[in-house]
Amino acid sequence: MDTDDHDISLQVNGTTYRRRVESRLLLSDFLRHELGLAGTHVGCEHGVCGACTILFDGEPVRACLMFAVQANQHRISTIEGLAAKDGQYHPLQQAMHDYHGLQCGYCTPGILMTMSAFLDENPSPNEDEVREALSGNLCRCTGYQNIVDAVLAAAKTMRG
Amino acid sequence: MKPSAFKYIAARSLAQALALKSEHGDEAKFIAGGQSLIPTMNFRLSRPAILIDINAIEELAGICPAAATMRIGALTRYRALQRDPVLARLFPLIGEALPHIAHPQIRNRGTIGGNLAHADPASELPAIALALGARFRVQSSSRERWIAAKDFFVGGLTTDLGPDEMLVEIELPLPQPRTGSCFLEIARRKGDFAIAGVAAMVTLDARDQCSDVRLTLCGVGEAPVDASAEAAALIGQVPSEAAFRDIAASVQAMIDPGGSVHAGADYQRHVAGVLTERALRTATERVPYGH
Repeated sequence: MDTDDHDISLQVNGTTYRRRVESRLLLSDFLRHELGLAGTHVGCEHGVCGACTILFDGEPVRACLMFAVQANQHRISTIEGLAAKDGQYHPLQQAMHDYHGLQCGYCTPGILMTMSAFLDENPSPNEDEVREALSGNLCRCTGYQNIVDAVLAAAKTMRG
Repeated sequence: MKPSAFKYIAARSLAQALALKSEHGDEAKFIAGGQSLIPTMNFRLSRPAILIDINAIEELAGICPAAATMRIGALTRYRALQRDPVLARLFPLIGEALPHIAHPQIRNRGTIGGNLAHADPASELPAIALALGARFRVQSSSRERWIAAKDFFVGGLTTDLGPDEMLVEIELPLPQPRTGSCFLEIARRKGDFAIAGVAAMVTLDARDQCSDVRLTLCGVGEAPVDASAEAAALIGQVPSEAAFRDIAASVQAMIDPGGSVHAGADYQRHVAGVLTERALRTATERVPYGH
């Protein structure tokens, strides 16, 4: 059977990619398998766990709840683009390291993408607001406390 | 690839989207935010042959005050509703319900029209639309009609929409003066489906007697539940704890919750009663503050 293919062009972490994709290819699988950006993790594949969170036109969304074809002419950021070009960690990455905010690390890319957008919008959050913003990302290792501490510390660093 | 194969068409205009739907009928589905549709496709519970993507149709999104009403385009995302200061002030019930809808990432993408057309009985917005007395503008390529919220939700995940129709706009009448409202929900965890949710609106007259009351529930039946007839016992009275208790008992008697692994039907009924009392009490207390 012929597949339903589409030519798409999109920007990921500032680089423009052109690919031909089948319509049913999920954006999460496209990033991992077609672009080799395997930092976007895939957990539940139905929108519950948050591991695949990316920024779509600057806003955190689930990459498993979009089709790659829908990203045509849009701008995406993934965990691979979070650190500076010279390799220096984003303050959130540094704080997750300093505060032991990850153990197995599987949920971490989704959490960092969610939280980087959150801190851009709320530079001075309190603990409750951080926990609310984290509610869509499951972590089965840490119990969340060290993640919350790391996000609050990163916010402080980013405020300068 | 998890979903089964389908043909994808990104509609460039409303007219094109409606023409495609009229051509393909039930074979085709509109996709807006896709936050309910894509999970069901990933599980292959839903296998549409054609997806008509309406995300590029800008005229379908937006919040616009009109004479004594507010009009919301079907493609307006939850996050845009949360960020609109006028909407939050005029319809505090919506502002109170939105944080219960899934998580920030889902609210960035999901839309009000997609939610209402999906008509999940556990979802908050169908119950809120019923409480607010919303009307829905529905279009096909050949006609347009308005459907009242009470006639729109006809059963489990089922609406009055025809196979060639799209929900394009939601119209909310402004609440009457001296109206207080309250939405409460209990879920197992933050963002989970409701064990029970209750929306209440209470209007008082100059003598502080109740002149109008609306009471709706989500998560306790196959469709959103309108318990306004049960709550009408409050009309003509100065609201009291005894009256709230009696209404809660009538609500518990009328609902038919399905039960699940998270909460048995008896527990759902209990929670619905407790939330009914609290929501009616809080709505009444909020009357002086105009929300």
